Amino acid sequence: MDKLLNELGETISSSVGESILLHEIINDELILTVSSEKIIEVLTFLRDESSCQFKMLIDICGVDFPEREIRYEVVYNLLSLTHNQRIRLKVMTNSENPIPSVVSVYSTAAWYEREVWDMFGIIFSKHPDLRRILTDYGFEGHPLRKDFPLSGFVEVRYSENENKVVYEQVKLNQEFRNFDFMSPWEGAEYILSKDDKNDLENEK
Amino acid sequence: MSDSKISSYTMNFGPQHPAAHGVLRLVLELDGEIVERADPHIGLLHRGTEKLIENKTYLQALPYFDRLDYVAPMNQEHAFVLAAEKLLNLEVPTRAKYIRVIFDEIGRLLNHLLNITTQAMDVGAITPSLWGFEEREKLMEFYERACGARLHAAYYRVGGVHQDLPKGLLEDILEFCTHFPKLIDDIEGLLTDNRIFKQRNVDVGIISVDDALDWGFTGVMLRGSGVPWDLRKSQPYEIYSELDFDIPVGKNGDCYDRYLVRIEEMRQSLNIIKQCINSIPKGPIIVQNNKFVPPKREEMKRSMEALIHHFKLYTEGFKVPPGETYTAVEAPKGEFGVYIISDGTNQPYRCKIRAPGYAHLQAADYMSKGYMLADTVAIIGSMDVVFGEIDR
Repeated sequence: MDKLLNELGETISSSVGESILLHEIINDELILTVSSEKIIEVLTFLRDESSCQFKMLIDICGVDFPEREIRYEVVYNLLSLTHNQRIRLKVMTNSENPIPSVVSVYSTAAWYEREVWDMFGIIFSKHPDLRRILTDYGFEGHPLRKDFPLSGFVEVRYSENENKVVYEQVKLNQEFRNFDFMSPWEGAEYILSKDDKNDLENEK
Repeated sequence: MSDSKISSYTMNFGPQHPAAHGVLRLVLELDGEIVERADPHIGLLHRGTEKLIENKTYLQALPYFDRLDYVAPMNQEHAFVLAAEKLLNLEVPTRAKYIRVIFDEIGRLLNHLLNITTQAMDVGAITPSLWGFEEREKLMEFYERACGARLHAAYYRVGGVHQDLPKGLLEDILEFCTHFPKLIDDIEGLLTDNRIFKQRNVDVGIISVDDALDWGFTGVMLRGSGVPWDLRKSQPYEIYSELDFDIPVGKNGDCYDRYLVRIEEMRQSLNIIKQCINSIPKGPIIVQNNKFVPPKREEMKRSMEALIHHFKLYTEGFKVPPGETYTAVEAPKGEFGVYIISDGTNQPYRCKIRAPGYAHLQAADYMSKGYMLADTVAIIGSMDVVFGEIDR
């Protein structure tokens, strides 16, 4: 399996190598990191080249890494029926730099890109219809970003007085508790408060 | 009057409409009765499943998968546990594999029964749905006997299944398999050669192979167009490679072919269930490793270590080594995939759910363009959309 994937990786690198930044195999799955302006070119190659034939775009997924300099990753999962193989492409971006939309290569990308825009606020340039898709009409924010709280900001209820559905600030009777499961024996990095830091330095 | 241009007429379809199969809102632009554009508005059932899973341990995340496609819950759980097992590098006991396959196929029966009969109801036949729901009830009783819940099973576990099957259940399922073909024949008798049913479905919603691939169709939607692609055959998981079954395909890719494919798939599922019941081995149903699986109750009374394991598993859960995987199963509706990124903690860093219905519904605009308003209902019915999985 690994050998086949390696060969496939070699073929791809030899043809569109300059657009591929990184090529790795994790858990028997081939993953290529592509520079964002070349994504259309690479996808077209993967779709049409006879040794690839990735005719199907299975999924587009956004991932948020707040601690990275280039914050977001957009992940494309492709499937080739002819060769019975899967491949994954990754593109890095931040919320200012748009990624070229791949709707012209795969029609199915339209909704997946809308979803990534809705959930992460990543912009796709030249997308025919980049509206929100899963969230409510008039929703603000991008819920799958790591800095978006799990409870959200607004909640809805039907108001008897006003005879309509009203939006209100979320009020939690008990705060959502996120437990720290890092074991102190296995390399937990605790963030010390200012006073603790001063104490430590004084001890030294 | 004759040369004045008639502007198209915009109509709202759903979200409260029996043929919308849940909470689909379609904004249709019509020219007379011909559909010019269909704009599905989805997300009315969005519950933020992916966000919730990011904040739960792997064990707590599992029941969310029942609530995606609530018509065939266990198939979804299967994709998640397979992905987690791949990251953990766990080998599942053989008996658990058989049990999983049996319940996957029961899920397929549940799904196809509901889809065929409700689609028939959309185009005017009421009796099949009454008959179908009676049988679904029996199948859900099997669910209940195995795990205690009729719908939201939460039965699969990372490493196996939660508990062993009760005595007599397999015999009863086998009994069911001998009676059930009669019901398929009866439903076919009402629909397959029925004039009205054929008028509403034949040559409606045709999709070619190239278009089906372009729009990311999987499952019955792809096989209806004549592509013999089934993950159970092409990328077999569990024990599917040892089983003998056929992949039915359609010829024209219309609603009627998809109906025929589903009927045949039900027969094949029965076949698979029978084979599994005849060759299911005895043995453990979950991996014997207390780092992932809670110890037995009686051990906990005597062993301090077992007690600690139990406590750690139900508070902290197990940690999954860093890595990522996309793992897919052939759910009744198509390819259901889970993309997990693990950062080495006890919660998934990101869990993307790839629901087949999402890709299918997207093509509603393309497929219903140029057809009559009433055909949209038949097309959406034959796409087999369930909003639990589309909206997530």
